[in-house]
Amino acid sequence: MKVLVGIKRVVDAYVRVRVKSDGTGVDLTNAKMAINPFCEIAVEEAIRLKEAGAADEVIAVSIGPAAAQEQIRTALALGSDRGILVQTEEALEPLAVAKVLKAIVEKEGIDLVILGKQSIDTDNNQVGQMLAALLNVPQGTFACKAEVKDGKIEVTREIDGGEQTVMLDLPAVVTTDLRLNEPRYASLPNIMKAKKKPIDTLSAADLGVEVGSNIKTLSVAPPAERSAGVKVESVAALVDKLKNEAKVI
Amino acid sequence: MSILVIAEHDNGSLKTATLNTVTAAAAIGGDVDILVAGYGCDAAAQEAAKAAGVGKVIVADNACYEHQLPEAVAPLVAEVGKGYTHILAAATTTGKNLMPRVAALLDVDQISDIIEVKGEDTFVRPIYAGNAMATVQTSDPIKVVTVRTTAFAEAAKDGSATVESNAHTVEQSKAQFVGEQLSKSERPELTAASVVISGGRGMQNGENFALLEKVADKLGAAIGASRAAVDAGFVPNDYQVGQTGKIVAPDLYIAVGISGAIQHLAGMKDSKVIVAINKDEEAPIFQVADYGLVADLFKALPELEEAL
Ligand SMILES: Cc1cc2nc3c(=O)[nH]c(=O)nc-3n(C[C@H](O)[C@H](O)[C@H](O)COP(=O)(O)OP(=O)(O)OC[C@H]3O[C@@H](n4cnc5c(N)ncnc54)[C@H](O)[C@@H]3O)c2cc1C
Ligand SMILES: Nc1ncnc2c1ncn2[C@@H]1O[C@H](COP(=O)(O)O)[C@@H](O)[C@H]1O
Repeated sequence: MKVLVGIKRVVDAYVRVRVKSDGTGVDLTNAKMAINPFCEIAVEEAIRLKEAGAADEVIAVSIGPAAAQEQIRTALALGSDRGILVQTEEALEPLAVAKVLKAIVEKEGIDLVILGKQSIDTDNNQVGQMLAALLNVPQGTFACKAEVKDGKIEVTREIDGGEQTVMLDLPAVVTTDLRLNEPRYASLPNIMKAKKKPIDTLSAADLGVEVGSNIKTLSVAPPAERSAGVKVESVAALVDKLKNEAKVI
Repeated sequence: MSILVIAEHDNGSLKTATLNTVTAAAAIGGDVDILVAGYGCDAAAQEAAKAAGVGKVIVADNACYEHQLPEAVAPLVAEVGKGYTHILAAATTTGKNLMPRVAALLDVDQISDIIEVKGEDTFVRPIYAGNAMATVQTSDPIKVVTVRTTAFAEAAKDGSATVESNAHTVEQSKAQFVGEQLSKSERPELTAASVVISGGRGMQNGENFALLEKVADKLGAAIGASRAAVDAGFVPNDYQVGQTGKIVAPDLYIAVGISGAIQHLAGMKDSKVIVAINKDEEAPIFQVADYGLVADLFKALPELEEAL
């Protein structure tokens, strides 16, 4: 079984981003960049499948700037076999990303795609579902458990009311939720070994994919700030404020 | 303009998230219809017909839609939705699972999790865990949109839409429903509750959540949690409030033993009144709290229960 994982280069989850004063976007100059945390979970899951003998090869793909090589290297250090960088300087919308991934799935003959459920920068939560539609394959989104069984994959999904389990024919697309696994750290020897693993670089055009979109970002603004509140001295004072000032209880 | 709202329901009843979505549809303007896809879902369809301002409820009642698997429902929605300018659903786990699949079938982008309608093609949505608000415009012929329910009030239930059935079926066997483990609770639903009390890592273990429950009982509150509390197994997954969990905006949100990481704030900072109880006076949660109590929660919670 061949597994493809999609990894996105995003700002580190713990960086507090600021909106640019001209309202065109957020200021990422010198910001620490990382693999999207959900993609890290996807990489970990793929490697565990390989270690368990269920997967033969794990390919990590990122669509992004040349610098996304760093995130692909990390995925290789964690145990992926090889990388693909689909290089583009502009940020693509999820549908375009899904189209690029579809082309790679078909070119490589992929049986299982594991993606994150959500990019923590654009907060879209779309690519996996779109890719599944384009490939006409089943989807197991927001997975907290995934098990390959007799040519199928059983996925337990985190849903608003609890959990749901579905059985999917392969090929399939799975997207990861936070509790699917706890990603390992790359060891120094593996980081060294990763330097020799191959990364192919290509463009969307090489794959014959049109990446335009009909969405335009008109402006980006900071959120409304909450005004600073007060500290209360005791539980009694708190209850008094809630009853008589805020009038919420 | 004509807008198709995808109902969220469990066959037997309509979820209120549908009513929030109808309000977002009304803000866009034009005719609003609701699609109810399910099995034995007549009760849900009758409820949907009462949503104010809705012209028509389309019911696709067939065994193939019983568990709302997107492999079956997305082709139906794409088929029915072809005749509309907009397709809207709530940004719940059901809507998030379904709608991008619909958008891809229609070869259009999706706009996720809108909090404001600026015009028929222009919407505001949070990005970067709510640290920025993007205004986006789309020229797609069909606009596929998911709606943050806390940003739109529930539509009234005094309407009388016509109900018509749709016989379209989707045969698929690639995805099969195996089972569901739904958390049962007597408490109000987290995303719709007017009071929410959440616990974090400071609660130390699951048993201690009993302290929160006693306060919640007095306030008629729903119980939530931080990711740390969920990861540690104190409470089930679906308690998680935040960027990647549930978004809540109650009249009163009480954060207990929660530090206030940006990912947590993203899920609750639109609450009307925020209370934080934390023993660390430097905890970032105090920067968004209207009322902060620097105290040991094991002392403060029993006192609070007593005082209510
Ligand atoms: C990709 C990603 C997604 C995430 N999504 C979410 C999300 O959706 N929701 C979410 O919540 N987090 C999310 N997180 C995690 C987030 O970054 C924080 O790690 C998490 O919110 C911390 O939870 P906490 O505040 O309970 O724990 P901590 O940060 O450990 O804080 C515990 C607090 O309890 C206080 N405390 C301890 N003992 C007591 C006591 N006896 N009395 C009073 N106070 C006490 C401490 O002072 C401290 O402030 C996400 C992280 C990532 C990387
Ligand atoms: N540029 C990208 N390159 C590779 N994978 C991506 C990219 N964008 C999104 N993905 C994948 O799709 C998932 C969901 O992203 P999104 O739909 O943007 O929230 C991510 O966690 C990745 O696995």
